[in-house]
Amino acid sequence: MTFFIVSIIKSAVVAFVLLTALAYLQWAERKVLAHIQLRVGPRRVGPHGLLQPLADVIKLITKEDMMPSHVDKFFWFLAPFIAVLFALIPIAVIPFGTELNLPAIDFGPVHIPAIQTAMQLTDINIGVLFILGISGLGVYGVALAGWSSNNKYSLLGGLRSSAQMISYELPMALAIVAPLLVLNTLSFRGIVDGQSGFMLGFLPKWTIFQVFPFNLLSFILFMIAAFAETNRVPFDLPEAENELVAGFHTEYGSMKFAAFFMAEYCNMVTVSCVATLLFLGGWHPPFPAEYGSNYVPSLVLIGAGILSFLHGANPARPFDRITLPVFGVVFFGLAGLIAIPAVALPLMPVIWFSAKACFILFVYIWVRGTLPRFRYDQLMSFAWTFMFPIAIVNLFLTGLWVALS
Amino acid sequence: MDALLFMIFAAIAVVCAINLVVQRHPISSALSLVGVMGALAALYLLLGGEFIAAAQLVVYAGAIMVLFVFVIMLLNAGTEARGRRGWAHYAGVPLLLLLFGLIACLITRRMPASEDVVFGQFTKGGPLDIGRALFTTYLLPFEVTSVLILVAILGAIVLARKEID
Repeated sequence: MTFFIVSIIKSAVVAFVLLTALAYLQWAERKVLAHIQLRVGPRRVGPHGLLQPLADVIKLITKEDMMPSHVDKFFWFLAPFIAVLFALIPIAVIPFGTELNLPAIDFGPVHIPAIQTAMQLTDINIGVLFILGISGLGVYGVALAGWSSNNKYSLLGGLRSSAQMISYELPMALAIVAPLLVLNTLSFRGIVDGQSGFMLGFLPKWTIFQVFPFNLLSFILFMIAAFAETNRVPFDLPEAENELVAGFHTEYGSMKFAAFFMAEYCNMVTVSCVATLLFLGGWHPPFPAEYGSNYVPSLVLIGAGILSFLHGANPARPFDRITLPVFGVVFFGLAGLIAIPAVALPLMPVIWFSAKACFILFVYIWVRGTLPRFRYDQLMSFAWTFMFPIAIVNLFLTGLWVALS
Repeated sequence: MDALLFMIFAAIAVVCAINLVVQRHPISSALSLVGVMGALAALYLLLGGEFIAAAQLVVYAGAIMVLFVFVIMLLNAGTEARGRRGWAHYAGVPLLLLLFGLIACLITRRMPASEDVVFGQFTKGGPLDIGRALFTTYLLPFEVTSVLILVAILGAIVLARKEID
């Protein structure tokens, strides 16, 4: 019984955090892109546009749900559901931290037993394969949307997307296999546990630092393939707006469009989490706790608070005089909260994990603001004649290293 | 619980398989086949074949069927035209029942009794056991299969390449 209640609570927490993160990822993307292009980005709704995701959601829900006349109705309705379903499922096997130990609570008649649970929905021993399998199914959403829209632009988008996802799945799988050879397990928890500890006392035993430089190469290959798998710039051919209007979701509006949008961002989050777990040591800090890695989050937050106060005292826009000091106070409060050992110890793994995943998400946005789009034939020849041979040679050399050592 | 899940996924597999034959549009048929593959993966998982289940999802549902759908979309295959229903259409039903009866009869005669299959008893389906079996006991068939696939790839390249003068 406790198991079921704990599972339901965990699922609710993960779903809430994930969906909120998706909404704010979009806000972060618009802000970062704007600053890369020397603009300020959304700042009308709420302080610094912080309520923009909420406004967007309300806008998308209340929009008229158009139904084009020539679509294949059944598959046209099914496609967004498939896309968002197979984007949300993989988060179930992603671990966010070590174990959570809650003491028993006796509060009058209420008795809550002590709970020991992993910070993860479920740990299965084929976790990596599960993610590969489920994310491989996500392509049906895009392909079906393109086909059932009965529109040449949509069809081209759907075709491009399925060809691209099949092609890049191979180098991605080969790049994943290389660290698995070193770590010897397919369970995500086992993978992260295999990366604990430090070499020479300071260099973390993350996969990218082991079997140098082959696993670093695997990481780069994985990231390139992941950009293609999630249909992001520079591989966003399926929705290239200057050639294909909006690609596979041209005919979709309101919440159906939002479903595709959500699926894309959710895939980004999943890929970032997988990259963190497989290559960047999951929740292990980049340097040992003896050198004070537990204080880094507090120090970063204090720095952010001081910056906010400085900018608030010398505001660029009139409203900043009020909002920035408020942010500063919030940052200081969080810094103080995290500095308390009782709060910090269970939270520290989650903080490191999210920091790494957020860094990869930032790289996604950074690349979008930097690189132009591939041409379609370049995209295909890049996958098959460049990435695929390199991934195979890399896998072979990693295997040789593992066999010899 | 296991028996209930088995019934659900078996029912899904059978319904999808019938739908595959009944549907007239190739895309609907292909997607029904994806449903069959997914239900089969769930059945493998129930029987303890974790690796096989994942491989079923990755290879069949995730790669091969995507290629099917891709080709159907690329060729823009339309709805299949059905001709007049001949005598075969009606004779087929009793013959089909006969076939099913024969298969059921054979299975009950030849195969071990149903009590021998216990959900959750088989625990050697993980990646480790499969890999060990594949690279020790069944090494020769495994390597022969890979040579076979290599031959198939070469054949596909020869058939598909452009003539070079």
